[in-house]
Amino acid sequence: MVLLSILSVPFIAAIILLFVKQDEKANYIAIAASGIALALSLNIAFNGADNFDAMWLSSLNARFTLTADGLSKILLLLTCLSFPAILIATSKNQVKHKNQFLSLMLFAQTGLLGVFLAGDALLFYFFWELALIPVYFLCSIWGGEKRVAVTFKFFIYTFLGSLFMLIGIIYVYTHTTDQSFAYASFKAATLTAGQKVTAFALFFTAFAIKMPIFPLHTWQPDAYEQSPTAVTMVLSAVMVKMGLYGVIRWLMPLFPDAFSAHSNFVMLLSIIGILYASFIAIRQDDMKRLIAYSSIAHIGLMSAALFSNTEIGVQGVLIQLFSHGINVLGLWIIADVIEQQTGTRSLQAMGGLAKQNPTLGILLVGFSFANIALPLTNAFVGEFLMFNALFQFNPWMAAAAGVSVVLAAIYTLNMVQKCAYGEVSESIQKMQTPNLPAQFVLIVLFLVVLITGVYPAPLFDLTADTLQQLFIK
Amino acid sequence: MKVILALIALLPFAGFLFNGLGRNIWSKKTIASNGTMYIFASFVFSLIAFWNVKEQGAITVHFFDFINTSTVHIPFDFRVDALSSLFLLVITGVGTLIHLYSAAYMKDETAPHYARYFAYLNLFIFSMLLLVLGDNYVIMFIGWEGVGLCSYLLIGYWFSNTTYNNAAKKAFIMNRIGDLGFLLAIFWLIVKLGTVSYGEVLTADSLAKLSSTDITAITLLLFVGAMGKSAQIPLYTWLPDAMAGPTPVSALIHAATMVTAGIYMITRTNIFYTHSAIAQNVVAIIGISTALLAATIAIKQNDIKKVLAYSTVSQLGYMFLGLGVGAYSGAVFHVITHAFFKALLFLAAGSVIHAMHHEQDIRKMGGLKTKLPITHLTFLIGCIAIAGVPPFSGFFSKDEILAAAFAKNPIYWYLGVVGAAMTAFYMFRLYATTFLGQFRGTEAQAHHLHESPVAMTLPLIVLAVLSAVGGAMGVPAILGGSHWLGHHLSSIVGEEAPLHLSHTTEWILMGSSVAIALVALLIAIGKYSKQADGEPQTALGKFLYNKWLVDELYEKAIVQPLHRFAGFLKEVIEKNVIDGLVNGTGRLVQYGARQTRLMQSGQVGYYILFMVLSMVALFLIWFNDIAITRFIQNLIK
Repeated sequence: MVLLSILSVPFIAAIILLFVKQDEKANYIAIAASGIALALSLNIAFNGADNFDAMWLSSLNARFTLTADGLSKILLLLTCLSFPAILIATSKNQVKHKNQFLSLMLFAQTGLLGVFLAGDALLFYFFWELALIPVYFLCSIWGGEKRVAVTFKFFIYTFLGSLFMLIGIIYVYTHTTDQSFAYASFKAATLTAGQKVTAFALFFTAFAIKMPIFPLHTWQPDAYEQSPTAVTMVLSAVMVKMGLYGVIRWLMPLFPDAFSAHSNFVMLLSIIGILYASFIAIRQDDMKRLIAYSSIAHIGLMSAALFSNTEIGVQGVLIQLFSHGINVLGLWIIADVIEQQTGTRSLQAMGGLAKQNPTLGILLVGFSFANIALPLTNAFVGEFLMFNALFQFNPWMAAAAGVSVVLAAIYTLNMVQKCAYGEVSESIQKMQTPNLPAQFVLIVLFLVVLITGVYPAPLFDLTADTLQQLFIK
Repeated sequence: MKVILALIALLPFAGFLFNGLGRNIWSKKTIASNGTMYIFASFVFSLIAFWNVKEQGAITVHFFDFINTSTVHIPFDFRVDALSSLFLLVITGVGTLIHLYSAAYMKDETAPHYARYFAYLNLFIFSMLLLVLGDNYVIMFIGWEGVGLCSYLLIGYWFSNTTYNNAAKKAFIMNRIGDLGFLLAIFWLIVKLGTVSYGEVLTADSLAKLSSTDITAITLLLFVGAMGKSAQIPLYTWLPDAMAGPTPVSALIHAATMVTAGIYMITRTNIFYTHSAIAQNVVAIIGISTALLAATIAIKQNDIKKVLAYSTVSQLGYMFLGLGVGAYSGAVFHVITHAFFKALLFLAAGSVIHAMHHEQDIRKMGGLKTKLPITHLTFLIGCIAIAGVPPFSGFFSKDEILAAAFAKNPIYWYLGVVGAAMTAFYMFRLYATTFLGQFRGTEAQAHHLHESPVAMTLPLIVLAVLSAVGGAMGVPAILGGSHWLGHHLSSIVGEEAPLHLSHTTEWILMGSSVAIALVALLIAIGKYSKQADGEPQTALGKFLYNKWLVDELYEKAIVQPLHRFAGFLKEVIEKNVIDGLVNGTGRLVQYGARQTRLMQSGQVGYYILFMVLSMVALFLIWFNDIAITRFIQNLIK
């Protein structure tokens, strides 16, 4: 039941919010709901939770099955930690029709939680789309100047991917022995090797666009740039994890042979993507776009490590799913605080943040070094394991991808220098009062960065069962 | 013991937290005394650890599992043994002196910045201690990158200055290039051996499991890491720029401790290097080349700190020469003596800069001998020590490396002596220009010239004494000594085989290198005690003055092309090719939609036709999925 309740809390709050007109009240309700969800997610992560199962669409034999293993739990934690963080950090931002905005945010959270909990393929698809639709409205209504074109592209692109997945789901469904969408039935589906390749390709398309894997990434920087930053945070801290989640949950176990047959190809694309995005990040002047390309590079490493099909690689990804979310969230919040107060995202116009607001400057430096996986920050553990996996697969691939370690230092330190150091610029001078809620959230997140970076054992324990299922034949 | 080892590392970290979090609260006095006391306490515990190691040998303690998967197990363990206990003493000992010195040197900073400075310095000591205390390569790597971070923060300590920030960034990025090599070496170890713990890696068993290619690859990759951290060709250019940081930082990080991490790493891994002739040759050749290159540049520099910086690069080159020819304890010996005299020289330089109101150009100094008596005397001792004049410390350690180099290949020795002559020359050029002759600064500066306060001169005196007598720990047999250090390190590097040199040869080598150094020294004093170097006139002079134009070369050959390449990807490939294709597809669909719209003609016949066609298509899809499978597969291919 606890699994159902964690879905219901944001869902019910989202409905209530539609009727709350005062901004302040709406804020409290949204934050409270996301806080309850966080408490529930902690409970689920550390005490476990029984599956929830009920008939859903009986004519199709689709069931409403919720289940949580290590993979689900770690993403549940990430989602439930991200939402209150985002809502508190952006609580001071001026938003028209704030209650509707918050309501859609919580709908998106519901969808995301559903994706990570669904134990039934059709239900998975249902939540997959449910997460996308509120985000579409959030971007197209509250986004930047170019929002309409950008959101349209984003929507069509990812929706196209989803359709391929839907076809894939139906395709596998017709080959299940008991005509069911249940995870176990999907695993036991009687597909020939060739058919598995087809199904693999259909699912893969959806996940590859979502992650995104080079060269399917061009929707992402635009969408990140044009979305209201709260939504960008949801997109990049949590939503991109849907693609990686899908790979671990569905692709790897369902079509193992097709998966390893395509390892080389996907890893090659991923590694090209890592270097490509890193180079482009070096030349970005827009802080949001820089973070976006940096994120593409990081996700590229995660997809490469997944497709190395090694236990250590998947372990690294499981840790990094969480760590990347926390780190990128930190960077977005800082970028948002700056943009809200100065009206600019151009690094050229920044400078002197460390002098103007030392706390924020320190946090920027902290998250930046987490972004480049300095040891004893959370990202090091994951990246270390992932590079190790690449090395196991092919040392040259590891060496090539490893160049990104240097490139990441270049673009990240460029960003730090232009934003935080030097004399206080005209726009940074406008940052007179610190944004306390945002700074509070940043400090909490940074503590998570350090704690999980120094002592990652709880994350290993949490995800042990997923690895066992995947790698013990 | 577990508690003691934990405290050695954690005390500096506590100092970091104390000063970092309390930067707006504490007075400068509290900041400085706490910052220094934490390091001193760590020094005391290091002494205890050192004593314990002497009594009972290496000690390993386990704290927790850092990374634990079914295939990779990386414990968070500390190890203190003959090698690490020496480094502990140097780091915390010299560290304490430099903290003390900093308390006075940085006194013009406002309290929050003063606290920030001490916090960074404490964090540096913590990272450096992790580096040497770790019982496996991953913990070493944690410290390794940690010191890189602190170096970055301290070089860019005055963060309003863009040039300083650039220097900081350059240091971190060049170090990262080396770090990548280090990382790949770690992965290589994990894949082949499944472990990175010293106790399991550095054994005959694991050597037997590795092919000679493995060993060469691992040692060379580790050496790439060392090139970055210890500023060797081609990754040395960050170190001279690192002088942008406050002078005590240059003394501690960019001379005495951090930059010797590469020597620590290779000494730690010595049994691997001994098994790879290729790696040994590479290390020796890079080492001696760096030693000579940096020495030639140092001859023409006029910034007091730049001369010392290139001198550091050069001396590090000597240490690698020592490692490359198998003189591991000689290299460590030189690390220790160098820590004494180079920290001394930098701190004394800081005292000069302090007295001269931030003037660093030696052409504008001169005649400081009488005004700054303590600084002068200690600086002179440092110069004698680095020049290799007996019986000062540098003589013994350098001689040990040179003798081993001769035994390996006399060419190394000849080149080494040329370098030693240059060292003596540029150091006494620096000394004479700064302290002898007439004062060449402004009236105002002359008026304000004063000796530094006790907090600054006391560390100078302590380090001067150590520089003078520090050689006693490694007096070779030929001079009637027992080489305590060599015996001490035998558990790490083995009892080094005698060098197969006759006593006569050794005497000749020693005598000639000292004689040549003395000649060079006297020439320098004669030439520069009256006047400073003018602008370089000859082509060679300009070339050296401009540091062989290496920075310019890197800029033109690497940085700018990469920058342009990134721009090309961003502006052309991303915008026009990839996104162009996506948008093109979109436009094609729109175009198609405009055309197909025409089919909605309202004529029932068409609709029925489409319906039938669709049903046929559906039939094919649902009941003939082999065909569609092939179709999709062809599409993918």
